[in-house]
Amino acid sequence: MSDNAPSRTFEAFSKYGLPLLLAVGLLGYWEWSVWFHEVPPYKLPSPSAIWGALVRDWPVLSTSMWVTFQTTMAGMVLAFIGGVALGILLGMFKTAENALFPYAVILQVTPVIAIAPILLIYYSPPTVVLLTAFLVTYFPVLSNTITGMRSTDRGLEALFDLYGASTWHKIMLLKLKSALPYILTGFRIGGPLALIGAVVAEIVAGTAGAGSGLAYRIIESTYRLNVSRAFAALFLLAVMGIVIFYALVLLTHLLLKSWHESALQKER
Amino acid sequence: MPLRARGDDLNQMTVKPLVSLAHVSKVFANGTVALEDLDMDVREGEFLSLLGPSGCGKSTALRLIANLADVSSGRIIWPTGGSAKSDIGFVFQEPTLMPWATAYENVYLPLKLRGVSKSAAQPKIMDALALVGLADFAHVYPRELSGGMKMRVSIARALVTEPKLLLMDEPFAALDEITRFRLNDDLLRLKQAKNVTVIFVTHSVYESVYLSTRIIVMAARPGRVVANIEVDAPYPRDEAFRLTPVYTEGCKAASAALHGAMATHEHL
Repeated sequence: MSDNAPSRTFEAFSKYGLPLLLAVGLLGYWEWSVWFHEVPPYKLPSPSAIWGALVRDWPVLSTSMWVTFQTTMAGMVLAFIGGVALGILLGMFKTAENALFPYAVILQVTPVIAIAPILLIYYSPPTVVLLTAFLVTYFPVLSNTITGMRSTDRGLEALFDLYGASTWHKIMLLKLKSALPYILTGFRIGGPLALIGAVVAEIVAGTAGAGSGLAYRIIESTYRLNVSRAFAALFLLAVMGIVIFYALVLLTHLLLKSWHESALQKER
Repeated sequence: MPLRARGDDLNQMTVKPLVSLAHVSKVFANGTVALEDLDMDVREGEFLSLLGPSGCGKSTALRLIANLADVSSGRIIWPTGGSAKSDIGFVFQEPTLMPWATAYENVYLPLKLRGVSKSAAQPKIMDALALVGLADFAHVYPRELSGGMKMRVSIARALVTEPKLLLMDEPFAALDEITRFRLNDDLLRLKQAKNVTVIFVTHSVYESVYLSTRIIVMAARPGRVVANIEVDAPYPRDEAFRLTPVYTEGCKAASAALHGAMATHEHL
């Protein structure tokens, strides 16, 4: 089709060019108005000042980022494993769901920020950060896994019954495979939440006078009126969130690209 | 050698049936009587069609024979021994393929569930795929296949274990007529090549007469047998068979039985 090429160029522009243009415009306006109105940096630092703080304080900030990243990842991966494992159990056996699901819900609906200070009585701050990251992440994984396990094609289940498949084979060859798109949706919802859980716990722990993660750096910097550094730490947190989200999108694409509708290119 | 349809001659009557249904009833939990007092012998080597309107229990009868459902009363007897019971191929109304697996892997499934190694299964899988004319499509995913081709994969999967009995539940109902006629011819060819006994559920009079050596006509509410029609014409059959008196008479008899069962108080 001859009229396809220009429309594809426009699509690429609107997908990548437009957001970039918008960012340049907004940052430019920000930079200009800080300069024009002579806003002091302890009220609102300019983008260039934030960038300066990022470069200058990189040793401190990168160490903190690494701490936050590690605990977030550990909490997230544990929640993925735990959520899927419990989801398989609850999805396969109704009795297990009846017994355990209410507790899973209670853990989910209780605001984590309220649990964190209590957890701090019993555990060290790094452990609490990991635990809260785990708590906010596991529930979307769990409930999506359960839905996936229950959504198996009835015909395929009959087929497995016909050939006398064991429960193990049914889980591994049928249920988990057909639940995979649901599980990955749970990952994409839960993954970025892990970062929120970790930050909340760091803030709570930080006010108690311990911790060295990025969220703690934000608190510390605001106390010292080093607002540029607070913004730099915030920027790094945002980058981490973006990286986590797109890594999970990539994982989804790699696992589903050969067969699932959601990952297929539309052809016309 | 042309295979004679089973007449009422004494010689045939003494042959043990492959499977017998004796006074079989099936009542679903909601109170629907799917089958009432069904008596039926399936003779080895025959092509038996179960013909009837929806709700006459023909699919239920198949599921009972395949042990995918339990009888409410009565018995299903396998006079030739228990091995025949586990030696069943089933083709569902839908192709029922695993979307995440290629045609090859889908056909491998029954053997995999029986613990046959990949290398031992390879020639059998390729034979089954070649039998349905899909040898070149072994590594294609179901979504890339047409409706008719998906059904062919489904048939290859049912035949890969070399079953004695092939159960088919309205397999071609969702296909267009051209595809359907081609698959009818292919099915007759497969049946002769593999010498498999077939029970074929359909609601098409023409399809049942074209394919079968015997037709059991059923009526609904409650599901029961109303006629037993022998189609006394040898295989191989082709389009010319549709012009023979045997075909015409068969269609007449089957239609009459079908309408006789519904005429007075039923509506389609």
